[in-house]
Amino acid sequence: MQFELTDDQQMVQKTARDFATAEVLPKAAEIDREHRHPKELVARMAELGFLGIAIDDKWGGAGMDHVAYVLAMEEISRACASTGVIMSVNNSLVCDPISRFATDAQKARWLTPLASGKLLGCFALSEPEAGSDAAAQRTTAERVDGGWVINGVKNWITNGPVADVCVLFTMNDRAAGHRGITAFILPMDAKGVRTGPPDDKLGIRGSKSCQIFLDDVRLSDDHLLGEVGGGFKVAMSTLDGGRIGIAAQAVGIARAALEDALAYAQQRKTFGKAIIGHQAVAFKLADMATEVDAARLLTLRAAWLKDHKRPYGKEAAMAKLYASDVANKAAREAIQIFGGNGYVTEFPVERHFRDAKITEIYEGTSEIQRLVIAGALAKGA
Amino acid sequence: MDFAPTEEQEAVRRLARDVADRLLAPRAAARDVAGTFPEAELRELAQLGLLGIVVPEALGGAGADVIAYALAMQEIARADASVAVAVSVTNMVAELIAKVGTDAQRRAFVPALVSGEAVAGAFALSEPQAGSDPAAMATTATRVGDRWRLTGSKAWITSGDRAGVMVVWAVTDAAAGHRGITAFLVPGVPHGTPGLSVIRLEEKMGLHGSTTAQLALDGVEVGDDAVLGGVGGGFRLAMMALDGGRIGIASQAIGIARGALEAAIRYAGERETFGQAIIKHQGVGALLADAATWLDAATLMTLRAAARKQAGAAFTREAAMAKLLATETAGKVCDVALQVHGGNGYTRDFPIERAYRDVRVTRIYEGTSEIQRIVIARELVRGL
Repeated sequence: MQFELTDDQQMVQKTARDFATAEVLPKAAEIDREHRHPKELVARMAELGFLGIAIDDKWGGAGMDHVAYVLAMEEISRACASTGVIMSVNNSLVCDPISRFATDAQKARWLTPLASGKLLGCFALSEPEAGSDAAAQRTTAERVDGGWVINGVKNWITNGPVADVCVLFTMNDRAAGHRGITAFILPMDAKGVRTGPPDDKLGIRGSKSCQIFLDDVRLSDDHLLGEVGGGFKVAMSTLDGGRIGIAAQAVGIARAALEDALAYAQQRKTFGKAIIGHQAVAFKLADMATEVDAARLLTLRAAWLKDHKRPYGKEAAMAKLYASDVANKAAREAIQIFGGNGYVTEFPVERHFRDAKITEIYEGTSEIQRLVIAGALAKGA
Repeated sequence: MDFAPTEEQEAVRRLARDVADRLLAPRAAARDVAGTFPEAELRELAQLGLLGIVVPEALGGAGADVIAYALAMQEIARADASVAVAVSVTNMVAELIAKVGTDAQRRAFVPALVSGEAVAGAFALSEPQAGSDPAAMATTATRVGDRWRLTGSKAWITSGDRAGVMVVWAVTDAAAGHRGITAFLVPGVPHGTPGLSVIRLEEKMGLHGSTTAQLALDGVEVGDDAVLGGVGGGFRLAMMALDGGRIGIASQAIGIARGALEAAIRYAGERETFGQAIIKHQGVGALLADAATWLDAATLMTLRAAARKQAGAAFTREAAMAKLLATETAGKVCDVALQVHGGNGYTRDFPIERAYRDVRVTRIYEGTSEIQRIVIARELVRGL
């Protein structure tokens, strides 16, 4: 048991930190204010290999492990949580399932451009009436000569307005329940695909999400991802990994709140001393720092288990549950430490507060994580 | 980065688990009710090397690493927290002497501690008016000829009436502040050391199998060969030992909570209400899910601190974070475990009631949670 990073992992962390500090952080407030998709930063992340970190270099990825992925996600999200989730979706929800379920021909066609960042991906599972209860899919895929015809509506699709490729889930046999779900690789420029207006959100405003409308979209069999009826397994195993990415995003947001509050508490003076000299403030920072470290360790553990092909569903759920809670607490306390300054957009902590909230909701709410964990505990895991 | 224990770490953990299940768990409740000091149990743990886990084999220790120590402490505390605190303090004292003692001191005291001959070690730093603020101590060591005479009183001394070996802190130069504090090696109460006596044993909320003594030092005389780590070096020594001790107490807290959580999960899988096992009710399942998550986080923090210490890196911040999170978390986990047991958890028919009482002190001794936050905040000012 040891907690030191390998040289490769340190290199990825440093590269991500340098990039985040020099190029992402200076734009974070503007991206948030303008609700702007940071296209130029996505292009830079592609150059750095951050859009397919744990994907084999044979398929256009950086060929690193998930520990390195988590470290990079934390750094990017520490600077800008919106940029972080764009990265997380492409890595965890698009490249990862394609790398695990696609044929080599499909990988050559889709994975290589996605992992290298020539194309950007999105993941379409949720629907207006199927969020936490993912098996309640209403989007249909009908067998026709030479392929499939797809109809339905998808909701909350991060990267939807800007994506080139979509990992899409459909129901092609409702009687079979979750065994009737099938996954496809959908080119977003296919006929019949339309995206709605971007969602107007509380936070992560630089991440564009929207509804996707599918009207008689025709796909050939070579767009099937995995087996017919095997989509639920694709979705659930992908979300296990996705939770590690979101946990890392949450750790990044929490660290941003901590670092900003720590710096402020050393400058701002009341009653003749820096406010960190008051225990009421210092103790908040001590708790925040402790919890950020703990959240990071849970996240790294889940990533390490995934790297070592060990079961990690429970541990990923724990990491996301804990890290998202810590991010929200840290952001709340950071505002408190900033006082009135924390409540205005001139300072970054109100953005952290708004950005943190989503980590308790997407890729499985905290309530869903608890169901996953309790289920594992009941089975003796 | 490697989250799996090494073979040696796993072997030490398994050894501790086996002896805890076989020797400690069956009589833990009875010792708690009767307030029995686990002398025979400590001697048996000593035979397995568990009183000197990181002490070099040449001095009779197990020669294992700090992670193995943390894992073993968890297993012992999972079965009996009272035994665990005596084990933690004894390991801390043995390790301290092995590390900073002279050759003669090491030979005289370390084998006795780790073999069980001394039963336990004691760490006599706190006083009635000097707990969190040890530099405020009033016990003095004055020069009488070529010897030292120790006068004062010590409070909250774990195993203070039973320990064959004690480290006693005293002021040797009142003008020098915390640089005027010196540590002395003193044969404990069972040796009939002249001038050393037990004023009282505390009646505590928990840890009934562990004794907590207030001691009087009324002209206890020792020679220069009793000075541990140099005259005036005592404060630094105490802080160094407590950094390591905090890993022990964090591990103790985690062990108590792990035992409580396991019992609660078992109970929730058996007990049925409204036609199903209560763990299937979201209200109960969510409590257990949160508790398991917090506890894993605290466990990782503790093992990280242990790894830092093992690597020879600075670990003050990591140990304080580990103790803070582990003990606060363990309190919450034991509370959840009791709640899941319902009325049964409030009775002595189930072990949760004892865990709930035992765990409370972990937030207090070897530095309260508030002191840990002071340590952490100080480290933050130095840079993240």
